[in-house]
Amino acid sequence: MNREDFPMLNQDIVYFDNGATTLKPKCVIDSMMKYMSEHTSNIHRGDYDAAVITNKLYDDTRGVVAKFVNCSPREVVFTSGTTMSINQIVFGFMKNQLKAGDEVLLTRSEHASNVLPWIRLSEEIGITIKYMELNEEFELTLDSVKKSITEKTKVISIAHVTNVIGEVRDVKAIGEICKEKNIYFCVDGAQSVPHLRENFKENNIDFLSFSGHKMCGPTGVGVLIGKYELLNKMSPLCYGGGMNNFFEADSTYELKDVPIKFEAGTPPIAEVIGLREAILYLESIGMERIHEHEMNLKKYLVEKLEKINNITLYNKNSNSGILAFNIKDVFAQDTSIYLNNYKVFVRAGNHCAKMLKDEIGIRNTVRVSMYFYNSFEDIDRLVEVLEKSEDIFKVVL
Amino acid sequence: MDNNLRREIILDNYQDPMNRGLIDSADYLKVNTNSESCIDNLDFMMKVEDNTIKDIRFDGEACAISTSASSIMIRSLIGKSVEDAKVILNNYKAMINEEDFNRDLLGELVVYDEICKQPNRKNCALLPSKAIDKMLGEL
Repeated sequence: MNREDFPMLNQDIVYFDNGATTLKPKCVIDSMMKYMSEHTSNIHRGDYDAAVITNKLYDDTRGVVAKFVNCSPREVVFTSGTTMSINQIVFGFMKNQLKAGDEVLLTRSEHASNVLPWIRLSEEIGITIKYMELNEEFELTLDSVKKSITEKTKVISIAHVTNVIGEVRDVKAIGEICKEKNIYFCVDGAQSVPHLRENFKENNIDFLSFSGHKMCGPTGVGVLIGKYELLNKMSPLCYGGGMNNFFEADSTYELKDVPIKFEAGTPPIAEVIGLREAILYLESIGMERIHEHEMNLKKYLVEKLEKINNITLYNKNSNSGILAFNIKDVFAQDTSIYLNNYKVFVRAGNHCAKMLKDEIGIRNTVRVSMYFYNSFEDIDRLVEVLEKSEDIFKVVL
Repeated sequence: MDNNLRREIILDNYQDPMNRGLIDSADYLKVNTNSESCIDNLDFMMKVEDNTIKDIRFDGEACAISTSASSIMIRSLIGKSVEDAKVILNNYKAMINEEDFNRDLLGELVVYDEICKQPNRKNCALLPSKAIDKMLGEL
């Protein structure tokens, strides 16, 4: 779908590393170029024409994001990405709200950015981290969630879609459990928001984090969505220009309201404008169509790879466009270098989910992560190359 | 070097590496390479006595280049004095980084003299030298 919109695809490549970052459509590139070549200006401070244009685009983006994930514009905070969003939640909110002994529930398939901040917080204030059990398909069941909750559970923080297994969690049901038990529900949306319809309000999410660059937008911008009443209790991690009403020599000061008080300094203006365009672009295609296409691709890919003898698939049943595999007796990185020889771009490694090895028993995998612009022909090329992989060392050495 | 011979040496050392497998001994210096690379995870251990490298062993998960380079490097360094080992390591690093080096000192390690054509594999080839450098630095 829409391959003609992506300048990168003018090259003879197969891009299967969308879990890491996605390609950028021309409309996103053009919107950022336009800012840089036609209306460069800072926000909030200018009265001249270029500043008015920039200001409007920047401010409007909150509304575009809000409509996209179903929240209020005042609940949208721009950050540098998912990692910063989660750090802001953990150190700007949870640090003030939790106390020693409170339990935070995670899983072993979480990305580093949804584990390390919590580990650090446990060192700082003595919260307890618990890992909810995954089933034999490395998935989080509702039973496991329910079993893990105790009277001390104060937070559940999980990815909606995990980045190696590609498991789609039932966030609606988990959100209901959290609401009933009075547990903060934090969702890492880095791998979900770009691929399926996310619904902040309906799923009773308290905090949602995601990145622009994994959804056709630029690097350097991400979003933190938080319930308005919770954002009002959150402290900024950065202080400076743009986020204060006044400050005086006697050290009195007043901060601006939510969400501006979390955006100190000049924000990534070009990137926010690019993110705006990316969301409008995704909406014009339709998230439902995107998800459906990715599922068709996944089904086709699994059918083809299952026919190759020496390939182990780790997550063929997960409901997303992510597939992790290995060639028997071949280190994942050697496979990715082999595929690169045929201009098939995949990722090899632990994909920042370093604890997943405890579950699947292997540290490194090759990951194919697809997006709507991938085609069945892309898969044919991957399969064709993997079918002749018995000569892999002739190619990579 | 003939490409087939080069590939054969690398593949032999990947599939049947020298001194793969760690032993339980307090006489060895130890280091892990996790900090050098997110994906390769090799443990090295080295025994030095009377200023001579008596033994180096390694184990873990790594690509064909890191594994084979570890094997060949271990074979090149065992029995060498600490000073000679450092000279070999420096020449090896110079070769990988496309600087001047003395080919005569490197023996089979010259199979990696064209690794610079694949910049993403330079780190793989450098992994064992970084590990051994680190252990030598602890002496």
